[in-house]
Amino acid sequence: MSNLLNISSSPHVRDKSSTKSIMWDVFLALMPATIFGIYNFGYKAAVLIVACIATCVLSEYIWQKAMKQPLTVSDGSAALTGLLLALNLSATFPVWMAIIGSVFAIIIVKQLFGGLGQNFMNPALGARCFLMISFAGKMTSFTYDGITGATPLAIIKNGDKAQGIADILASGDGTTQAATSVLKMFLGTIGGTIGETSVIAILIGAAYLLIRKVITWRIPVCYIGVFSIFVLLFGGRGFDITYLAAELCGGGLMLGAFFMATDYVTSPITPKGQIVFGILLGILTGIFRVFGASAEGVSYAIIICNLLVPLIEKITIPVPFGKEGIKDGK
Amino acid sequence: MSGATFRGGVHPYEGKDLSKDLPIKEVMPKGDMVFPMSQHIGAPATPIVAKGDKVLVGQKIGEASGFISANICSSVSGTVKAVEPRMLLNGSTATCVVIDNDGEYKGIEGLGEDRDYTSLSNDEIRDIVKEAGIVGMGGAGFPTNVKLTPKEPDKIDYILVNGAECEPYLTSDYRQMLECPDEIVGGLKVILKLFDKAKGLICIEDNKPDAIAKMEEAVKGEDRIEVKVLKTKYPQGGERTLISAATGRKIYSAKLPADAGCIVDNISTVIAIYRAVCKQTPLITRVMTLTGDAFNTPINVNVRLGCNHADLVEEGDGFKQEPAKIISGGPMMGFAMFDLNVPVTKTSSSILALTKDQVAETEPSPCIRCGRCVSACPGNLVPQKMAQAAMNNNYDEFVKLNGMECYECGSCTFVCPAKRPLTQTFKQARQYVAAQRRKR
Repeated sequence: MSNLLNISSSPHVRDKSSTKSIMWDVFLALMPATIFGIYNFGYKAAVLIVACIATCVLSEYIWQKAMKQPLTVSDGSAALTGLLLALNLSATFPVWMAIIGSVFAIIIVKQLFGGLGQNFMNPALGARCFLMISFAGKMTSFTYDGITGATPLAIIKNGDKAQGIADILASGDGTTQAATSVLKMFLGTIGGTIGETSVIAILIGAAYLLIRKVITWRIPVCYIGVFSIFVLLFGGRGFDITYLAAELCGGGLMLGAFFMATDYVTSPITPKGQIVFGILLGILTGIFRVFGASAEGVSYAIIICNLLVPLIEKITIPVPFGKEGIKDGK
Repeated sequence: MSGATFRGGVHPYEGKDLSKDLPIKEVMPKGDMVFPMSQHIGAPATPIVAKGDKVLVGQKIGEASGFISANICSSVSGTVKAVEPRMLLNGSTATCVVIDNDGEYKGIEGLGEDRDYTSLSNDEIRDIVKEAGIVGMGGAGFPTNVKLTPKEPDKIDYILVNGAECEPYLTSDYRQMLECPDEIVGGLKVILKLFDKAKGLICIEDNKPDAIAKMEEAVKGEDRIEVKVLKTKYPQGGERTLISAATGRKIYSAKLPADAGCIVDNISTVIAIYRAVCKQTPLITRVMTLTGDAFNTPINVNVRLGCNHADLVEEGDGFKQEPAKIISGGPMMGFAMFDLNVPVTKTSSSILALTKDQVAETEPSPCIRCGRCVSACPGNLVPQKMAQAAMNNNYDEFVKLNGMECYECGSCTFVCPAKRPLTQTFKQARQYVAAQRRKR
């Protein structure tokens, strides 16, 4: 044998999945929502999506070049951040503002804290909140079918508590054109951000992620479950299933629960921690939506919980095999 | 056929088809035989022969030198050529007895003759097992007589025969279950004689239906022995996962299987017990799998201990392609060899020659905290955090995160999409912590 053999410590085999394959799986899972968003909002949505993805990838590339770091743009994480950010923007949002948001997501939220795996906050959501504070007007202006109006969630929030949800939605925000229904909210033919409106498209992508075992049920199920209980208890409408359905289908809840809250880097790694995380998200989103000034609350709930992840993990370290029910050590 | 199992674990590519249908071939050694005095966990044996001595097959050449130690017996007849340090499989050196094989295979008195185990007392049986130099042949090499002498023998109610063979590629246990089921049952009956209250369970993963059928046939009429079917999943054959899957009991690092009323022995070990007790043959041979995509013809062989790995390669008709990596044992917990000129020992279960080294082909990238290591860990640990602590040399945190409960099965490293060397980090940290504890 002329060549030297490779030596390394065991194990000597590796699974096929890689960071890259996971990122592209999530990317693929977002395609139904993306395609629907473009169909729903037209070419402007497509332009925004391309601009965000391109800016994110480019920002990461330039940063890594400048910092003489190994180039990792091909792992798809920057592109994914760009897509997620775009899906969280209104289709009429100015492109130059979206570009600023993309740079903020990659440079400030991600790279300044150490790059992939080190950011303590979801970059896309961090950027969304940054844009929300900077350009509140543009961020909350939603146009559907050429008419600017309130989102269904806002309509419900401002609606008369004595009136039925279906009626409130049907009467819209007074501009008549905003008339909608829970079914439309489920299908997505309503106003809102590019990627959040179609619940069905998001669920198709989520099912793909669950089947591929990219995400587990823990965070989304706990999140949505606790949120449902919260709005039923405190929503002020009693046990109204139509109201619950509208709250679930409206706003960024579904997109947030399946695609943002499950972000690996910014969610707990421990199984119990993921359950705690989901529960906290449900409660916070409920508080923001029911008691807050805005009809929305998903983004803030997620980034606040992102900050709690280290604490959550600390108290949810699992009991090792065989030590169940045994006090420390002995 | 779905069987009992445990939480966590992984499903690596099995690769058993390469060699599973190939009968075990008897292989006679060539050249000098080298017997390391350290082939087991515990104190090395003391050589009791000197240069020039004549030895016979089965003759003791190394004497156990402590409570946890094991005898070494010669597998050939011939003349002692040297007693000197030689290199072992893992690259360390140890005192070895080198024997010039005369090729006559003259045995010691009574070698291979039948003996009725029912006429022996329990102490006599334990003594025979000790004299025969039997150690756990699954890989750990723990002296078997020590295992068979628990503090409270009355509390042992399960004897588990580990036929899970959960490591990919290996087929030696499988072949032995197909080819010598009666010796396995025989060996188990010997152990059961030591423990009146115990029940014997032969544990087999459900990817080996032939072996399950064969063993079920062999245990017919034995009211104290059962075949237990387990789900196929790595590391099903680990001691803790096996006990939990087969009996529902759980142990952790500070506990022995005996604390859960169990004794676990590998298939090869049980056969070795049978041969020592009922056939008066000490541990001088073992079955190995020569496999991997680099071999021309993968094969299962029965070899004499002390023969050279390099000579065995010819039994697989050599390599069709230069291997990138040669592993002794399975790909999950086996040892990467850097030289084939080392002797076969009691725990050498295979030569696995691979044309591709998946480890060298992948570059570790940053952890994305996907949590796959957490789901895969059969010990219910958090490898991601343990690795962080270990890499920061924060050993207190490592221990706090239950790092010492890790048994280095490799599942976390296998699943890691960022290809991070988790298990490797833990090995180093565990060694460090263990050394610090010994110092205190």
